[in-house]
Amino acid sequence: MASETHGEETGGLVFHPLDQFIVKPLFGEGPIHWYTITNVTLWMAIAVVAIVALFVMGSRGRAIVPTRTQSVGELVYGFIYKMVEDVTGKDGVKYFPYIMTIFVFILFANFLGLIPMSFTTTSHIAVTAVLGFGVFTIVTLIGFYKHGFHFLGLFWMSDAPAILRPIIAIIEVISYFVRPVSHSIRLAGNIMAGHAVIKVFAGFAAIAAISPVSIVAITAIYGLEVLVAGIQAYVFTILTCVYLKDALHPGH
Amino acid sequence: MAGESTSVEHVADAAAHGAEASGAGMPQLDFSTFPNQIFWLLVTLVVIYIVMSRIALPRIGAVLAERAGTITNDIAAAEELKQRAEEAEAAYEKALADARAEAGRIVAEAKAEIQAQLDIELQKADAEISAKTAESEKAIADIRDGATKSVTQVAKSAAKDIVAALGGSADAATVTAAVNARMKG
Repeated sequence: MASETHGEETGGLVFHPLDQFIVKPLFGEGPIHWYTITNVTLWMAIAVVAIVALFVMGSRGRAIVPTRTQSVGELVYGFIYKMVEDVTGKDGVKYFPYIMTIFVFILFANFLGLIPMSFTTTSHIAVTAVLGFGVFTIVTLIGFYKHGFHFLGLFWMSDAPAILRPIIAIIEVISYFVRPVSHSIRLAGNIMAGHAVIKVFAGFAAIAAISPVSIVAITAIYGLEVLVAGIQAYVFTILTCVYLKDALHPGH
Repeated sequence: MAGESTSVEHVADAAAHGAEASGAGMPQLDFSTFPNQIFWLLVTLVVIYIVMSRIALPRIGAVLAERAGTITNDIAAAEELKQRAEEAEAAYEKALADARAEAGRIVAEAKAEIQAQLDIELQKADAEISAKTAESEKAIADIRDGATKSVTQVAKSAAKDIVAALGGSADAATVTAAVNARMKG
C-alpha cells in the first residue's frame, strides 16, 4: 500500500506509518462528503456485525447451560454490569446500556483494527472525541438534571480551608473541562501510536539483515497492542463510570 | 486503487491547509474527513445502542436471572432431599434400635420362662428323687433288719447245735445272751 501511494520515492527504506489511517471512499473517488461510504463505514459496519453476532446470535438459544459464544457474551455483560454497579452504585445501573454500547464499540473497533490491512476507527481523534465529548455532555446533563444548581458543589470543596476553596474550585473546573480531551486523546493516541510503531518496524523489514529482528519486534509489539486494545476499552469505560458517579453523587 | 491517489491529494491538501509541519501530515488531523467519520460513528453507536438495549441486554439479563433462579431452586431442592435422606436415616436407626430392644426383651422373657419351667421341673425331679431315696432306704433298712434277725436266729440255732455237738448242754437264755453280745460287738 505504501509503495503504491508513494511511488515517487526511490527504493530503500520507506516509512509511511500513518498511511494506514487515511480515510478513503470505498467506491469510486472524489471528495469525502459526510454521507460518503468510506473505509470508516466499512469497519464500523463490521464492528456492528461482529457485535450483533456475539450478543444477539450468540444468545439466541437463551440456554440455561450456555454455548461458548453465549458465555462470552454473558462474560462481557457481567463484567460491565459489575463495573457500573460497583463504580456508580445502584442508581447508575439504568445507564448500563449506554456504557455497554461504548465499551463494546471501542473493544470491537480496537480488536478489528489489529487485523492486518484493516482500518482502526478508534485511532481517529474525530471518533474518540465524539465518544469523549458525548460522555462529557451526557454526564454533565445528568448532573444538572439530577441535582440542579447543587451539581456545582462538585467543584466546591466544603471541607477545605476557606481561603483555598476558590483556588481549588478553579482547579476543579479546569480539570473537569480537560476530562473529555484527555479521555478521547488517551484512546486515539494509544491505538494510533501502537499501529504506527508496528508500521515503522515493518518498514525496517525491507532490509534483509535486520528483518528477523524487525519481525520479532513486530510480533512483540503486536502482543502489546492486543493488551492495549483491551485495556484502553476498559479504561475508557471505567472513566465513563467514574464521571457518571461524579454526576450522580457530586458530594466529595 | 484509483481512490487512493485522490485521497492522498486530499490528505496533502488538508496538510497544506492545516499547516502541518511534517511532510505527509496526520490523517487524524485531516478535518475534511471529520463529518464523514462523525456521521458514521453516530449511525454505528445508535445501531449498537438499539441492538443492545432492545435485544441483547434484556435477553442476556433474563438468561442470567433465569440461571440464577434455577441454581437457587436446585440448591434448595438438594437441601430438601438431603434433609429427607437424613430423616430417613434417623428413622432407620430408630427402627433398628427398637428392633434390637424388642429382640432383647423377647430373649429375656424366653430365658425367664425357660428358667421358671426348669426350676419347676428340677423341683419335681428333686422331690421324686428324694421320695424314691426314702423308699429305697426304708427297703434297705427292712432288708437289713430282716437279715440281722435271720443272722441272729441262725447264730442262736448254730450256737445251740455247736454246743450240743460238743457235748454240752446250753439253755436257751444263755445262748441268746451270748449271741446278742457278739452281734453287738
